[in-house]
Amino acid sequence: MEAILLQILNGLDKGSAYALIALGLTLIFGTLGVVNFAHGALFMIGAFCAVIFSRILSLSTVTEDPTRKDFLGNPLKIETPYVESWFGPELGSVLINWSVPLSIILAIPVMILVGLAMERGLIKYFYKRPHADQILVTFGLAIVLQEIIKYFFGANPIPTPAPDVFAGSFDFGALIGLEAGQIIYPYWRLVYFAFAAAIIAAVFSFLQFTTFGMVVRAGMADRETVGLLGINIDKRFTIMFAIAAVVAGLAGVMYTPINSPNYHMGMDFLVLSFVVVVVGGMGSLPGAVLAGFLLGILESFASMAQVLSVVPGINQIIIYLVAIVILLTRPRGLMGRKGVMEE
Amino acid sequence: MLGLQKKDFALLMFVAALTAFAPFLLNPFPVDSALAQFNAGYPDLMQRFVIFGIFAVGFNILFGLTGYLSFGHAAFLGVGSYAAIWSMKLMTMNVIPAIILAVIVAGLFSLFVGWISLRRSGIYFSILTLAFAQMSFALAYSVLTPITGGETGLQPKVADPRIFDAALGDGELPAANLFGLTMKSSYELNIGGWLFTFNAGYYVAAIVMLLAFYMAIRIFRSPFGMMLRAIKTNQTRMNYTGLNPKPYTLAAFVISGMYAGLAGGLMVAMDTQVGPERMFWTASGEVVLMTILGGAGTLIGPVLGAGMIKYMENIISKINEGVLYEWFAFLPESLQDLLVTIIYPFIGKGWHLTLGIVFMLVVIFLPGGLLEGGERIRNMLSRKKKADPGKDPEHHPKPSPHVA
Repeated sequence: MEAILLQILNGLDKGSAYALIALGLTLIFGTLGVVNFAHGALFMIGAFCAVIFSRILSLSTVTEDPTRKDFLGNPLKIETPYVESWFGPELGSVLINWSVPLSIILAIPVMILVGLAMERGLIKYFYKRPHADQILVTFGLAIVLQEIIKYFFGANPIPTPAPDVFAGSFDFGALIGLEAGQIIYPYWRLVYFAFAAAIIAAVFSFLQFTTFGMVVRAGMADRETVGLLGINIDKRFTIMFAIAAVVAGLAGVMYTPINSPNYHMGMDFLVLSFVVVVVGGMGSLPGAVLAGFLLGILESFASMAQVLSVVPGINQIIIYLVAIVILLTRPRGLMGRKGVMEE
Repeated sequence: MLGLQKKDFALLMFVAALTAFAPFLLNPFPVDSALAQFNAGYPDLMQRFVIFGIFAVGFNILFGLTGYLSFGHAAFLGVGSYAAIWSMKLMTMNVIPAIILAVIVAGLFSLFVGWISLRRSGIYFSILTLAFAQMSFALAYSVLTPITGGETGLQPKVADPRIFDAALGDGELPAANLFGLTMKSSYELNIGGWLFTFNAGYYVAAIVMLLAFYMAIRIFRSPFGMMLRAIKTNQTRMNYTGLNPKPYTLAAFVISGMYAGLAGGLMVAMDTQVGPERMFWTASGEVVLMTILGGAGTLIGPVLGAGMIKYMENIISKINEGVLYEWFAFLPESLQDLLVTIIYPFIGKGWHLTLGIVFMLVVIFLPGGLLEGGERIRNMLSRKKKADPGKDPEHHPKPSPHVA
């Protein structure tokens, strides 16, 4: 019982990352009809926004402290971050400590800019070209973005810790009436899950309850007619691309404490997120979220020791197996709409 | 000649001449000169050129001709490699059985994968092949460790049984050979400041490549090739004419899988080891890059693309900051620094960046690849208008006999 609960928690957590990336991917796919292989790169850029922001926060001046000496007798050099000298040492250290969640402030404008630049500068010219071309050009873009990040930040993972408040683990068992210590779970992973849920809810309600969302949904169903009604649908789709980029970027920002960002994290997630999108059904937002969580949970169940002892290595291939089976039995994926990508 | 049209025969002869004289052509600079690092005429790299040429030619039959974008072809290369290494471990170090086994096993595996993946087309097909390839990678990496050697991979050991080989003498190591001629043996020709290396392994691979290239030409020009083109152009219309495209696409898939297996087997024959990273999906992406870069759907394009990428990978990536400073030594210092700072990100470890940018430019502006670029430049220079579409053999082949 505890083991199963723990695996579900684990799965929800993995699933949140899958679902968030797949959600953005599907937004782009469903609205613009573009297969974006650079979406993993957007996730990565988000993660590196967190790295950059924490570096900006911890920029510091070096001063000599004459009262303290090092072992050679020279005055000790101490670093004081600028934020500490501006906001006072207490608030300053809190700011540095909270750099990951605070990076969202930097990530949102950056991701909007990146998204707009990508759509206006590149994707726009590929609407009319075959899907293979779209895959290829965005694949090239993903390589370029990845190499740029590698040039500036090196090939090693950069640890970006969560705030100290979330450092420990949460005794989940006590909450639901089990013995203490039976299910303990890192705080930050719970935060990530809550964050993912909030973002998903926000995107859905934006599409469902605003006029803008209504127009976009209409455009997804029939772009031409909406255009004929005198609505500038292209502009709205550009904005949707930026929103998808923001979703991917924020997923990246919040993911950094779980796995230190490195230059190939985008490519690592890309394949998985495409599998998730295809399993969920191309162009279906609820499908992407559902498939993300489903595959995440399946994967963590497959990594249980009991399962592994029966079918060794199943945790490595379960997602692909499921994807193959689902694609063959339900060609449109779990919740795919009719007429999407069916030539 | 050889059942080819005149133009194709000329192309085949051209490629044959290129491969035969590659040790000269790729070594234009004397050994001691500063430019010697641009020499690519060493056996290891020349072998890569032809082996990846085979891989790309095979991939082109599926992608360029049939229009199916597979993102999992490295899996067949890897499977072929594992088959070849097992032939070397169990039977003999002779490369011929290893290569044959590699082709057969890769063919069977691609038959299985293709039979399933080809139920879908477009992006779904790409994702399915990607899923299969990633699965094969995961299997080779961890699950099938007894067969694949897991993370460390496999290589022939002295203690392996090798039932057809005579026992090794003291201190002898198993070496891949062709009836006694070891693949590593090479003849070095020293003329003046130039050093040319003629390597047995390279020439074996080159002959196999020429055969594979010849086969590809025959496939391109055959009624079967016409069918594949028809599938790429308009599958629906083909269905309406009463033809079932499935057997043709499956055949194309298996043929390209066998080409990949052949490349994998040759890789093992040249460098007797194999690891799972050969099957990672980015390796499949690489062959896509090669084909597109050279020109998908053309005969020689993929070979050129493979050569270019492997050249960049091995030569450009060797240039470092010091070498750059040497080149610009004649300039004033500030200008030197500026130039080096600008160029440095694009070379050495950053060569992937150059690759990505070139690739994007090719996809955006030159959908026909570098071959089309060459064509355009030639047309511009000779001030001709666009080639008369009626005379373009690629898109308007001569009417061939009726296809049943």
